[in-house]
Amino acid sequence: MSDTPLLKVEDLTVRFAVKRGGGFGQKHYLYAVDNISFEVKKGETLAIVGESGSGKTTAALAVARLVAAYQGRVDLGGQDILQLAGEDLRQMRRRVQFIFQDPYSSLNPRQRAEDVVREPLLSLTKTPAAEQQAIVDDLFAHVGLRPEQKRLFPHQFSGGQRQRIGIARALSTQPELIICDEPVSALDVAVQAQILNLLRRLQAEYGLTYLFISHDLGVVQHMCDSIAVMYMGKIVEHADRLSLFNNPLHPYTAALLSAVPTVDKTLRQKSRRILIPGDPPDPVNLPKGCRFANRCPVAQARCREEAPELKQVAEEHRIACHLVDESAQSPL
Amino acid sequence: MSNPQTDLETIEEARHPFAEAWEMFRLNHAALVALVILILIVIMAIIGPSLYGRDPYDMVWAPFTRPGENWDFILGTDYLGRDLLAMIINGTRVSIIIGLAAAFVSVFIGVTVGALAGFYRGWVEEALMRFTEFFQVLPTLLFSMVIVALFGASLPMITLAIGVVSWTAVARITRSEFLRIRELEYVMASRASGATNAKLMFRVILPNALPPIIVQSALMVGSAILFEAGLSFLGLTDPNVVSWGQIIGSNRTYFLDASFTVTIPGVAIFVTVLCISLVGDGLNDALNPKLRAR
Amino acid sequence: MADQPLLKVENLRIELVTRAGVAPVIDNLSFELGHGENISFVGESGCGKSMTALAIMGLLPEGIGRIASGSILFDGEDLTTASPERLRDIRGNEISMIFQEPMTSLNPVYTVGEQIAEVLRAHQGLSKRAAWDMAIELLDAVRIPNAKGRVSDYPFQMSGGQRQRVMIAMALACKPKILIADEPTTALDVTVQAQIFDLLRDLRRDTGTSIIMITHDMGAVAEMAERMIVMYAGRNAEIGPVEQIIEHPRHPYTRGLISCVPHIVANLTAERHELTEVPGIVPSLRDFGQNRCLFASRCDRRSDQCLTERPPTREFENGQKSDCWHAEEL
Repeated sequence: MSDTPLLKVEDLTVRFAVKRGGGFGQKHYLYAVDNISFEVKKGETLAIVGESGSGKTTAALAVARLVAAYQGRVDLGGQDILQLAGEDLRQMRRRVQFIFQDPYSSLNPRQRAEDVVREPLLSLTKTPAAEQQAIVDDLFAHVGLRPEQKRLFPHQFSGGQRQRIGIARALSTQPELIICDEPVSALDVAVQAQILNLLRRLQAEYGLTYLFISHDLGVVQHMCDSIAVMYMGKIVEHADRLSLFNNPLHPYTAALLSAVPTVDKTLRQKSRRILIPGDPPDPVNLPKGCRFANRCPVAQARCREEAPELKQVAEEHRIACHLVDESAQSPL
Repeated sequence: MSNPQTDLETIEEARHPFAEAWEMFRLNHAALVALVILILIVIMAIIGPSLYGRDPYDMVWAPFTRPGENWDFILGTDYLGRDLLAMIINGTRVSIIIGLAAAFVSVFIGVTVGALAGFYRGWVEEALMRFTEFFQVLPTLLFSMVIVALFGASLPMITLAIGVVSWTAVARITRSEFLRIRELEYVMASRASGATNAKLMFRVILPNALPPIIVQSALMVGSAILFEAGLSFLGLTDPNVVSWGQIIGSNRTYFLDASFTVTIPGVAIFVTVLCISLVGDGLNDALNPKLRAR
Repeated sequence: MADQPLLKVENLRIELVTRAGVAPVIDNLSFELGHGENISFVGESGCGKSMTALAIMGLLPEGIGRIASGSILFDGEDLTTASPERLRDIRGNEISMIFQEPMTSLNPVYTVGEQIAEVLRAHQGLSKRAAWDMAIELLDAVRIPNAKGRVSDYPFQMSGGQRQRVMIAMALACKPKILIADEPTTALDVTVQAQIFDLLRDLRRDTGTSIIMITHDMGAVAEMAERMIVMYAGRNAEIGPVEQIIEHPRHPYTRGLISCVPHIVANLTAERHELTEVPGIVPSLRDFGQNRCLFASRCDRRSDQCLTERPPTREFENGQKSDCWHAEEL
């Protein structure tokens, strides 16, 4: 694994116009992703975790040019992909592929499995037909599907098998970056392990780089090298795997971790559950200070007044909280 | 690589969704019978005139011969002494053609408008839907009468008139299906695979939006036949072409004396439209994935 | 009465009529629920967890599902033979249920206060005024801030977590003896899930209500329940005290369910193990009821016996039971 970042996101912002108060109401903007920056190193996996409404999926879609970014830079191997158009954009799509959350809606019900896998090859590359078939056959074997299943339609597969088809589709153009948007959250627990193991195997085999979107900290802990925690459109903490799970600094990260039910007896007895009351603020009408202040157990006056910047507190550990300094001590 | 998941299951045959739909359709007996009758009617329209060679315009016998009075003219004769059976057989072709063609016109306009509105949203949708609403509030019969009166009562013009006044329902259905499907992940997946807008619209979304559109178009054929009958009844038709509606229209003044001249073509219309409705109903069952899950 | 369990299900068999024929969606299920106890049903979807809950509620899909044999004894009364009127009386009054989807379980055109008050008036004959006051009290009990103000909110004005609290308030309105929670937090975020679990724990302590929780999450079971019942393909796989089973599962399916999920652990280290896979998927309904171990096709310990004969129930210490031919070896 080299140290050069494959993907470098700078100040990415995505906003949506929302109507409030009837058809003629004033235009408001919802900043689903608000000025976030992160890097993904080649061959590694970065997770973006957060709860619903955190903006993690929107960020992923913006990186893949599937929703329009409002501002920022998304640098893939020295090229700002937000500026691309035409043939360049198609080249970029070949290099960045997406695995979707819901295998029941991410496959076109009228396409045969092999055509699903072939679609990116057809649209994005000039691969000759015979070669395409060889690639498709090879991918079927690699994701654990049998050759005689190629001609079947999506509804004839189970959820796990459908997700395998989705993975094969994402691999078909030999992309450098694969964005996985909650790839197992729609699957049954026992099937999740099959898919997670497959993703890790494929990563080792093809040297893939993953941007992994998830709300499940257990899965993230297993899959990722570093983790960015998002809350209400902002990254609040960004650290490597061991620092984040063993020494969470942001009160939100700590609360999130303590909320995950676990079978680990020592962890259950050891950790004090940090209950954060209430609900997140209205995303259209955000408070001016820290967005987590209204639920934070240790919030101070300053937190309600001034929005904290994401700052480096240790090697590979960035955090946006007024109460954490270079000593990297948890404020809780 | 071992894959224990799959070796547990029996190999399924690759079955196209339409093959499954046909299986569901077969379970609906009323629709199946209706389909058989419809096929017979279509066959009658195609080869009937050459099998039953009598010219529908020939005055062959005394006017108002009742059905059964003379076995040469099973269904009797009309006010000019023309053979009703010959007229019904020849009229089938016109009624069916007008029904199909008018339905095609309305589906063509409706799908185009609905697809554009549902896919592009924004001002395109606003404009197209206002346009649709404009056509919706027009009194349909009056409007088509105006078209026919202005441009002449030829078959193509009648077809066009019927199509132009009845496409709005298709447009609304298409738009709502597009609105639903465009949010599904496989559309996003196709976009990520580099599909162009045209491909997304017509190769990805439209095929998946088809089921309710097919049902609606089937019903449209029935209502177009009725519509044509209505126009003919009012005399707005090509007098040189026999259609079921035209038979009713030309005989209507003698209804009290010889009701069979009106009821026989009426029954033909009734049976055809009923069969089309039943088939449409069967299609609805067959293409509705919620029912199929059972 | 004290040593008699509150709910005793014996040899329950529920058949489902499908196009392919009659299938036993619940096949010889037995368990007990004590007063004030919290048990959990665990398993993948399609294993019959929700069907069991519906059977206890007397809400099996009409014309499709029926109780073929066995008994459901609630406080000594057999619910399988009870009249529809009696069942309706028990439902809501003595046994109530909350569902997975708080978004669709509330009627969008009535305020939450009206909906809670309606339950109270129907079941307890309270006056309009008294029911309304009680609704406020209940909302307060499920920790909705400013209950007096929120009582006249419509469901769409509340967040998912708040709606689930309203559902819990409605379920608890008549002080039921049993609360059945069918995946109560699956649709919610983890921090909200933690709030709901906390609430359920406190309510149980304060009211002594027994809770049956249906879930697929072993972590949630470990947090909430004293005993668990692992179900597979309509049958008992394993039953027993939660800690003991997690420590030492006696059924390969239980073991798979625990180890196939990457759990958060106390001290994370750099090394990572490949997750244990439970290959394949739950068999389809038409394969239920065969005289063999239905898990065998996914099991790495299967022997010939597993494929030819249904395993008997083996008992271990503290009431842990496992339906596996190889339970002793595990």
